[in-house]
Amino acid sequence: MKKIEAIIQPFKLEDVREALKNIGVDGMTIIEVRGHGRQKGHKEVYRGHEYQVDLLPKAKIEIFCRAERTGEIVSVIAAAARTGKIGDGKIFVLPVEEAVRIRNDDRGVDAL
Amino acid sequence: MKYLPSLLLSTAATAAADELPEAVKAASAAAAAAQLSADNAWMLASCALVLLMTGPGLALFYGGLVRRKNVLGTMMHSFILMALATVLWAAVGYSLAFGEGNAVIGGFQYLFLRGVGMAPNADYAATLPHLTFMAFQMMFAIITPALISGAYAERIKFSGMVVYTALWLLLVYFPMAHMVWGKGGLFNAFLGGRIPCLDFAGGTVVHITSGVSALIAALYLRPRAGYLEEPMRPHSLVLSFAGACLLWFGWFGFNAGSALSAGPLAASAFVATHFGAAGGVAGWLAAEWLRTGKPSVLGGISGCVAGLVAITPASGFVLPMPAMLIGVLAGVCCYAMVAVVKMRLGYDDSLDAFGVHGVGGTLGALLTGVFATNAVNSALKDSAGNPAPLGLVDGNPMQIVNQGLGTLTAIVLAAAGSFICLKIADMICGLRAAPEHETDGLDLSMHGEEGYSFEA
Repeated sequence: MKKIEAIIQPFKLEDVREALKNIGVDGMTIIEVRGHGRQKGHKEVYRGHEYQVDLLPKAKIEIFCRAERTGEIVSVIAAAARTGKIGDGKIFVLPVEEAVRIRNDDRGVDAL
Repeated sequence: MKYLPSLLLSTAATAAADELPEAVKAASAAAAAAQLSADNAWMLASCALVLLMTGPGLALFYGGLVRRKNVLGTMMHSFILMALATVLWAAVGYSLAFGEGNAVIGGFQYLFLRGVGMAPNADYAATLPHLTFMAFQMMFAIITPALISGAYAERIKFSGMVVYTALWLLLVYFPMAHMVWGKGGLFNAFLGGRIPCLDFAGGTVVHITSGVSALIAALYLRPRAGYLEEPMRPHSLVLSFAGACLLWFGWFGFNAGSALSAGPLAASAFVATHFGAAGGVAGWLAAEWLRTGKPSVLGGISGCVAGLVAITPASGFVLPMPAMLIGVLAGVCCYAMVAVVKMRLGYDDSLDAFGVHGVGGTLGALLTGVFATNAVNSALKDSAGNPAPLGLVDGNPMQIVNQGLGTLTAIVLAAAGSFICLKIADMICGLRAAPEHETDGLDLSMHGEEGYSFEA
């Protein structure tokens, strides 16, 4: 089992969800996050007071899946979230030790 | 202040004095009663409009400008005054402001509103129940100290704020209101003042006193922890936007209500108010756009308040076009004050109560001396009984000096009075929140609540 964490531009979230639905991924967790990588922040001015805003709003998608589906899902997310500009985000794949469905105590891939 | 001599009522008075047929007397009495009802309807609505400016208007405007940990505390600074100023007003405030006393402060005749009832007080408003006049003025006593809260936001102890504000009303507001609007007050142009200062709805009494007091409070309390080092962005301009629009709306009651009647003068003040606000938006946004390249929403709503502040003293004395000009000038000047001058001086007037109300109020008070005209307000008569020239445009340059004296008095009284009140409040219960309380935010440390809860 793998965990896929994708940090993407918030305005691309709907495109990515649509693309994932089309390949049969129907479970995910979406989190509104703030952060930055190489993308520079922006300047905000309030009554002449300037603020450099480095932490930018991003959407984070978390998906748990069977290891063999990882490649396809990552490709679909990357294609749907891409604008080609700095700030598009990153995707990480992590190993997962165990999964439990709380309702009936299913374990492992059955719980996904 | 400000009233059109009531044609109907004076007819009624003459009729009562002469021997006229019963039918004429009855018709006159009916007409007088109808005028009273008409004026009273508008004035009660105006009372409610002015209260709306404090809560939720100002509370939202200021509440949105602070960080999220201080939103409730900041709103409470406005809201508590709806109770505190009311209690003080009923007990002594109305009497000290509008009772007959000397040129500086009123007497005790209306203590606990004794003798303030449904019958009109002809000195102030012959076509309104005395209670209505009292209530209208009370709403001004509520919002004025609430305006100061922009300066000490995010770092004052609630107890200290309550004591300071109560003292401030007694020492600064009631005397200033008496001097400008009370019978026999030093600056009352219409009721026997030695120095006739024109202040239709509160440029000196409301905005200069609160604005200057705000500066003193900001200096006395020193800057917020981390000022200019850590970000202190407004946490919700959406709240501020709604608040500013409510202020604009309520200001019609503030200014047009200051006609104390529902007649043509109210209409004139209504239009001047709106034009002043629009001019303020245009002035501030233009200056900001040219300087930073972006017209901000905060700039727009700040400009509207600046324009409204500046038109306040002039609203019942100036024509629509000068009103718009006053608004534009206020927008530009207040922007320069908060965006350029304040940054260089380094004082922390958190929400720019001085930059907007002090500067806009002073500008408006002085420009009233320029643009006031008896074509709008003919209540002031010369010795021959003709409408007296009002401002520079009427050929009375001396009025600018009179306005200057009223302004100077308001500045000195507010600065000295505010310092004394701050000092006393500081000695009694302390003014500055403890560093850990300031870090936690006033919502949690002063009130034990949070404006926005993650779990709920």
